[in-house]
Amino acid sequence: MIYLDNAATTKMSEEVFDAMKPYFCEQYANPSAIYSFAGSAAKAVDEARKKTAALIGARSEEIYFTAGGSESDNWAVRAAAAFGKAKGKHIITSTIEHHAVLHTCQYLEKQGYEVTYVNVDAHGKIKLDALEAAIRPDTILITVMAANNEIGTIQPLKEIGAIAKKNHILFHTDAVQAYGHIPLNVDEMGIDLLSASGHKFNGPKGTGFLYIRRGVRIGALIHGGAQERSRRAGTLNTPNIVGMGVAAELAARSLDERMKKEAALRDYLIDRILKEVPYSRLNGHLTDRLPNNANFCFEFIEGESLLILLDQQGICASSGSACTSGSLDPSHVLLAIGLPHEIAHGSLRLTLSGETTKEEIDFTVEAIKQIVERLRAMSPLYEDSIKRGDINVQ
Amino acid sequence: MYSEKVMDHFNNPRNVGTIENASGVGTVGNAKCGDIMRIYLDIGDDGVIQEAKFKTFGCGAAVATSSMATELVKGKTVQQALEVTNKAVMEALDGLPPVKVHCSLLAEEAIHAALWDYAQKNNLTIEGLKKPVDDIEEKVKEE
Ligand SMILES: Cc1ncc(COP(=O)(O)O)c(C=O)c1O
Repeated sequence: MIYLDNAATTKMSEEVFDAMKPYFCEQYANPSAIYSFAGSAAKAVDEARKKTAALIGARSEEIYFTAGGSESDNWAVRAAAAFGKAKGKHIITSTIEHHAVLHTCQYLEKQGYEVTYVNVDAHGKIKLDALEAAIRPDTILITVMAANNEIGTIQPLKEIGAIAKKNHILFHTDAVQAYGHIPLNVDEMGIDLLSASGHKFNGPKGTGFLYIRRGVRIGALIHGGAQERSRRAGTLNTPNIVGMGVAAELAARSLDERMKKEAALRDYLIDRILKEVPYSRLNGHLTDRLPNNANFCFEFIEGESLLILLDQQGICASSGSACTSGSLDPSHVLLAIGLPHEIAHGSLRLTLSGETTKEEIDFTVEAIKQIVERLRAMSPLYEDSIKRGDINVQ
Repeated sequence: MYSEKVMDHFNNPRNVGTIENASGVGTVGNAKCGDIMRIYLDIGDDGVIQEAKFKTFGCGAAVATSSMATELVKGKTVQQALEVTNKAVMEALDGLPPVKVHCSLLAEEAIHAALWDYAQKNNLTIEGLKKPVDDIEEKVKEE
């Protein structure tokens, strides 16, 4: 099997698993308990909090553990909206956010908030002038993702943070795809709230965190016990939190080297596809993109068919075609960068890991070439383009 | 998520291709929604479908329903071909996931469109056949 869907989830590393094991059956104490038996669990959670914070230049006490990226996004956006209500009910976001943010914004619109969805350019970068122009006296939150999960485009967080700060507006970023994959620093980037998720950087699934800058007084997500400074009640998930901490530590240690390795392989992949597959295009930014992300469109074919045939060769990938999303429209991200529907339907996302090899990429490129050719031979759109003389086939 | 039959027809689609000077050609669906089917029919003087071919842009179910629909109409008379409904196509494929039922409707529609084209070319009226609704060329141009 060749796993090229690391944006969907990653393999949990063995070291993470080993670190988690003692906290199931041996050190099972509730880390909030007072007796010494709980000491080991409490210490391990503290350690994890430190490691998680270190990767973004935050303080331990600014990390609030949650059950994943979606929860952190929901919490950040809803709580910031509630907190800002006295000042105003206007939120600014981008057109290419993950649904965890987009659907939360749509929910808030039903509650009487107004949301401006700022456009992105053809490479998926937010238009900073449009962002600035969208700011109003009643704007209370800017939420823009750090890096896009489909096309990998990295946003100018520092510039957005500066704009937010200048206008005294809270800045939240969904860093689920970025955390552990590219350098992030909450102070340098002026970030007030940041969401991340363990399973996207070789940690356990169902565990994430929300960074809340000290002094930002957004409300609690879950009421109950005093865990997470009374902002997110519930007995801590010790093994998962410990696992995420170790994953953060490993990610920090390997970051530079992994980024270089992944980016080199990604560029090799992009280069080969664009050269060897006619009528293909790269989606997203050429350089400001996640080191492990490649996203293509192949004209005249549809993504789901492509995925099924790749699967038959043991290759796991994903697509933004309508058929894979269960709706009639292709991905909102591909439409937002200006692709026509019929081209957006033929998209393919390949996301690498630090363990992906050149052999795997070569095998995948060969498979894609052969599958694209096969599907085009079956495509009425391809036939029409040849007849119209729009394209040349040798 | 797909039945074995669907996967078989997707992996080894029957009747992919075109027919030169076909008796009737029908194209339905549109690229916007992600499915286009084109069916070519060769119909003898006796009104029997000698040959059926297809080209499809779409998901696994779209390819499989096109393949099955062309199989089902081959050797049938025009009247019998009209009775190849989307239900018949689905049953022959051992079912489709609910979100893919529209693919079978498209296959039925493509057969009808090809028969309509045949009727137009030959000045025939085929009982029970309505003008196809989907004019994809129009829709594609509108984009
Ligand atoms: C950008 C982005 N935000 C949020 C999420 C949701 O994260 P989780 O699966 O941990 O809830 C994802 C995961 O797909 C993502 O890619």
